[in-house]
Amino acid sequence: MKIDRRSFLSLAAGVAAGTALTPLPLKLTDDLSIWTQTFRYMPNEVPVPPDGAVSVATSVCSLCPGGCGISVRKIDNRAVKIEGRQGYPVNNGGICTLGLAGLQLLYGPWRVQEPLKKKEGGFEKISWDQALSEISGRLNDLRRNGKSPSVAAITGAGQNTTGRLLQRFLTVFGSPHFIRIPAVDDSLAFAAGRMLGTAGVPAFDFENSSYVLSFGSGLLDGWGSPVRMFQAHSRWKENGATLVQVEARLSNTAAKADVWVPVKPGTEATLALGLAHVIVRDGLHDPAIEAAGKAFDAFRELLKSRYAPGAVARQTGVEEPKIEKLARDFARSPRPVAVCGKGAGQDPVESLEAMAVLALNALAGGFNRSGGVRINAAPDYIHWPEPEGSAAQKSNGTRLDVHRLPELINGGAQPPVQALFVMEANPLFTLHGAPALAGAVDKIPLVVSLSSYMDETAAAADYVLPVHAYLERYEDVLITAGLKEPLVGLSRPVVKPKFGSRHAGDVLIDLARAMGDDVAAAFPWENFEDCLKQTMADKWDVLSDQGYLAETGPEIPAGGMNFAALVESAELQPPGQGENGAWPLTLIPYDSMRLWGGHIGTPPFVLKTVADTVLKQADVFVEVNPVTAERYHLADGRPAFLETPAGKARVRVHVTDGIAPDVIAMPRGLGHAAYDDYLAEKGVNINALIGPVEDPVSGLDVAWGVKAKLTTA
Amino acid sequence: MDTTDDKCKCDAGEAAGGEETGVSKVSQDKGLLAVILAFLAGLGIALAVGWVVYPALLYSEQEQPVQFNHELHMAEVPDGCESCHFFREDGTFSGVPTLDQCRDCHESAIGESEEELKFVEEYMEKDQEVPWLIYSRQPDCVFFSHAAHVLKAGMSCEACHGPIGESTSLKTYQENRITGYSRDIWGEDLTGIFKKNPWDSMKMDDCARCHDKETGSKGACFQCHK
Repeated sequence: MKIDRRSFLSLAAGVAAGTALTPLPLKLTDDLSIWTQTFRYMPNEVPVPPDGAVSVATSVCSLCPGGCGISVRKIDNRAVKIEGRQGYPVNNGGICTLGLAGLQLLYGPWRVQEPLKKKEGGFEKISWDQALSEISGRLNDLRRNGKSPSVAAITGAGQNTTGRLLQRFLTVFGSPHFIRIPAVDDSLAFAAGRMLGTAGVPAFDFENSSYVLSFGSGLLDGWGSPVRMFQAHSRWKENGATLVQVEARLSNTAAKADVWVPVKPGTEATLALGLAHVIVRDGLHDPAIEAAGKAFDAFRELLKSRYAPGAVARQTGVEEPKIEKLARDFARSPRPVAVCGKGAGQDPVESLEAMAVLALNALAGGFNRSGGVRINAAPDYIHWPEPEGSAAQKSNGTRLDVHRLPELINGGAQPPVQALFVMEANPLFTLHGAPALAGAVDKIPLVVSLSSYMDETAAAADYVLPVHAYLERYEDVLITAGLKEPLVGLSRPVVKPKFGSRHAGDVLIDLARAMGDDVAAAFPWENFEDCLKQTMADKWDVLSDQGYLAETGPEIPAGGMNFAALVESAELQPPGQGENGAWPLTLIPYDSMRLWGGHIGTPPFVLKTVADTVLKQADVFVEVNPVTAERYHLADGRPAFLETPAGKARVRVHVTDGIAPDVIAMPRGLGHAAYDDYLAEKGVNINALIGPVEDPVSGLDVAWGVKAKLTTA
Repeated sequence: MDTTDDKCKCDAGEAAGGEETGVSKVSQDKGLLAVILAFLAGLGIALAVGWVVYPALLYSEQEQPVQFNHELHMAEVPDGCESCHFFREDGTFSGVPTLDQCRDCHESAIGESEEELKFVEEYMEKDQEVPWLIYSRQPDCVFFSHAAHVLKAGMSCEACHGPIGESTSLKTYQENRITGYSRDIWGEDLTGIFKKNPWDSMKMDDCARCHDKETGSKGACFQCHK
């Protein structure tokens, strides 16, 4: 049948009539309208997560040394909100930006999800059993060939149970090269050991202090336990306490201080001793210190000969009358305290500076006094039996400082390092002279990184073993961070592990087991949880009930302070870097609450809070004083080349009065080559522009600023 | 406009013989028949598509990961529906049970049934929640409180969900391919004319109708759309 036009129209009319007699039009309209509501991945999409039971889990945050207590709100096994834990002795309900954004470190898609093995420049997945058997096989080979001392380990975890397990593993294996990433506590402990005979960690009673003299410490920029410092700052406002910030840059701390003393970077120790000069000269110091102190006369002589206000003013750039006034105000205040540790206080300081600050506190009678300082012995609760048999043979090597690793790898040590373990640390990003270190690490045949994230060190490793994120695991957290009393906090699993990660402690125990014989015998525990409970023994119940243990040791009297160590240190002033006309400027790093320079990268939420005068798209800004900018023809917002003896980088200029002339400031925590899509390739890593500077007394790397020049791009 | 008529007029001039009128009558009848047939064909096609083809194409069918016998369990549990579908302390409704509710009895397999073994081996032992397909799941934009209806208004579970407690197996889950929601929301019957029970469909109008009857008002938008 030929369908002519009339029939066709009639067919269409039939279809129309028929359709109207079916539920289709109404139903299809409704379905399509709902379909438009289910569009996914639209910019305006509001994700609707599944419903479930609400619960709150408490734990301790281990993202920074601060050790705040946290309460995590959960829906079923999903953490949805992190808040400060009410009543916790460190932070009492407060929390910082990084702690708030911790969920991104737990659920971020960039977490390492299963063990990886380096293959032809990339990584391939590998099973846990396979990875551990390959690694233990290679370690056993080294051991059989008498190369036990060629194994090194770097960790940021320090002296908690997991850190000590790693240390034990190395000891049993026969290597001395257990390397902790040093921090300001190490400098202070070293100084306290030299001056007071006990290498304890100073604890500052900020809350009750009437006068806080801070030598570059970013007390409101992440120093110590940040939340506690913010709360202490509120107390100072209530009590009318004075905060004096000695710093070349108008940091948040300097901006909120009562007195801002811009000092030439690197001359903090000189200024501290200049203040001591005035205090001792005018007899404002605590007489007990002079009576009981050792070598006080030598100290007085040193102050008289080298630290008169005139000389100090010339070196530090602080005028004489100001030095006199600061010293008198400090000494006459009822409860003064002096503190050091630049920026977030993650870096060791010069021994002389640490000792000068301890001396200032002693002169002011601040030791073991309310609002002052006390030296606490580090918490000592891990008592494991010494390993037996061949494992117990201590190798006669010496402790190694991490900035010397390149020498160790390149043959400074015999045998040179053949295997390197990195746990909870990212030395290829955080250490000074990172490029040299990266070159050295490349030469090591076996590099194993225990990490939750694909950071720079993990990316350079041969094996990446994913460890639980901080909300998925048990961990005892040693909290010193300048607290009044050192605490041991307990991190506990808030949620079940999301991926195929394991606890670093379990990995070490399994690895020891795979190694066999005496190494295995030294690790008799079932798993890490078992190890932790046995280690804590009768303290476990209290620790898990209240989430912390206060471990206050006996008071260490400061009366017998030995000033000879300080006098010696002053003789050994560390050499400056590149002191000549080619490098007219000084580059200093700065820390803030919005960028994290440690081994944990800044999560995307926090990165969003960074001002565009600090980071704009992928460009980092350096702060330059208008005078300096004019001299070198630099305009605000324009690109420039920043050059130091260690490297060169392209930056942009932010002209501001908040930085001293001839000094340039640059944020830390940017310039990640790896980590995640939000942080990688943004800005410049300042640690790559600064070479290590070894303190002649403590041997720690105390580099802070570096000589630099800035040219228009 | 009728082109066939035009054609005839054009042809008339050229054609020899007087039969054209008869021819055109036949062709007109044929034309009318064709029109009617075409209309009926269109009507038939549309009715078939609307009533049969569209519903058949619209829904995909899935079986639940594990079969479940409500009747059997009702005989065992102490508090009826509330034993497994309970209100939490904060008043929120737990909804579909998780392994926690099954664990007390099903830590290891009870009996020999295939479904029981599957449940214990695949889910209980691996600590994997069963991905139940939820018949009465409302769209994300709908807020519904069980507490308001059950605890406050004193309604029974059966009032909306029907005699699920007497069922011996879980029916096939049908999902709307366009919207991604369960067929039970719109209802088995696409017209809505034959709705007898509250649980036959759970669209907005169903809520409004019941609210109107019980409270004298359909309720404001924001009661369910937060």
